[in-house]
Amino acid sequence: MATPTLDKMEEAAAASPYITVTFRIRRFNPEISDESQWQDFQIEIDPKERVLDGLHKIKWDLDGTLTFRRSCAHGICGSDAMRINGKNRLACKTLIKDINPEKPITVEAIKGLTVMKDLVVDMEPFFQAYRDVMPFLVTKGNEPTRERLQSAEDRERFDDTTKCILCAACTSSCPVFWNDGQYFGPAAIVNAHRFIFDSRDEAGEQRLEILNDKDGVWRCRTTFNCTDACPRGIEVTKAIQEVKRALITRRF
Amino acid sequence: MSSDTSSAKVIGDVEGVSLYDVDNPAPYIEAPRKRTGKTPRSTRGNFEMVAWLFMRLSGIVLVVLVIGHLLIQLVLDGGVSKIGFAFVAGRWASPFWQVWDLLMLWLAMLHGANGLRTVINDYAERANTRLWLKGLLYTATVFTILLGTLVIFTFDPNIR
Repeated sequence: MATPTLDKMEEAAAASPYITVTFRIRRFNPEISDESQWQDFQIEIDPKERVLDGLHKIKWDLDGTLTFRRSCAHGICGSDAMRINGKNRLACKTLIKDINPEKPITVEAIKGLTVMKDLVVDMEPFFQAYRDVMPFLVTKGNEPTRERLQSAEDRERFDDTTKCILCAACTSSCPVFWNDGQYFGPAAIVNAHRFIFDSRDEAGEQRLEILNDKDGVWRCRTTFNCTDACPRGIEVTKAIQEVKRALITRRF
Repeated sequence: MSSDTSSAKVIGDVEGVSLYDVDNPAPYIEAPRKRTGKTPRSTRGNFEMVAWLFMRLSGIVLVVLVIGHLLIQLVLDGGVSKIGFAFVAGRWASPFWQVWDLLMLWLAMLHGANGLRTVINDYAERANTRLWLKGLLYTATVFTILLGTLVIFTFDPNIR
């Protein structure tokens, strides 16, 4: 990647920080055509800005029909996961300078989910898989009058998987999910992992049984696409492997 | 819907030229076999876990069996030129090599069949395609295993 050196960047910034960048966006509008196609936009943008800023520039100044989701725009809400230069990323966490702005930047909707318009996909199957693993605390007996206490070590056990923001970058980067949407997908397994290994939760066995299903963890092919895609740096494949290990060791 | 599909449409085309409009949108490009609230719960129990474990364990055993087999057949003691009816008959006179070959046959066939079953599950999108491909796979597997087992157990070195 021909990223300019820091010195050159500073010299150029003194003159004008803006460079011309081509955004190649995969457009789909069911009200016009039943096929999606690539459309190029040329914009002036500071390379230190993000892909999301470029999309805003296009939507606000060039073509108001460009449709995409974004809410907080700061990498927390998980609305703007999209396929940028062939890799799933959050548009609000990807700087223009990091993805080779000399070449056109391709932006398309995440794969494996039904495209509704441009970059907006139907997230319902994704959230259905999430709901199916019961992502909530389940306990027996009377509710304690005070908070449920937990040691720091017990909290550390599932710390990594609490970071998930449900952006679907991992699930929609999984080749098994592309071909068969019946697979739970990495995100659902990560969120099951978060409760399975929580010492306060008592439905771990039930969740393990759900993931032992034929569309559960055994369909994982350990291609590590999910770990590469996760914008929060969760070790997704490791979490899936830990669920597999728990399934095997509880029986034998 | 009109039958005219020849002219290529450009996004942002003026109204009236296009096949689709606000009241008559194009169908969405659906993802294959997507999950819904009614996705059936499987009742197959532990089969997938057993299959997954079998792949790992049989793989380890097969490494030893197959590399040993290849060494004996192709490298050691004159290599491939020594293989003939007499060589096979001599080897199968010993129960050790009978068990070795039988184990290799069963493990390799089941390991390969399970791998292909996984590939079919992953890539065949239509339920009917999966059914037929798996049917073909299981038939071929059972046939090969039975035939091979039959030959190993009923092998007669004095056949004329």
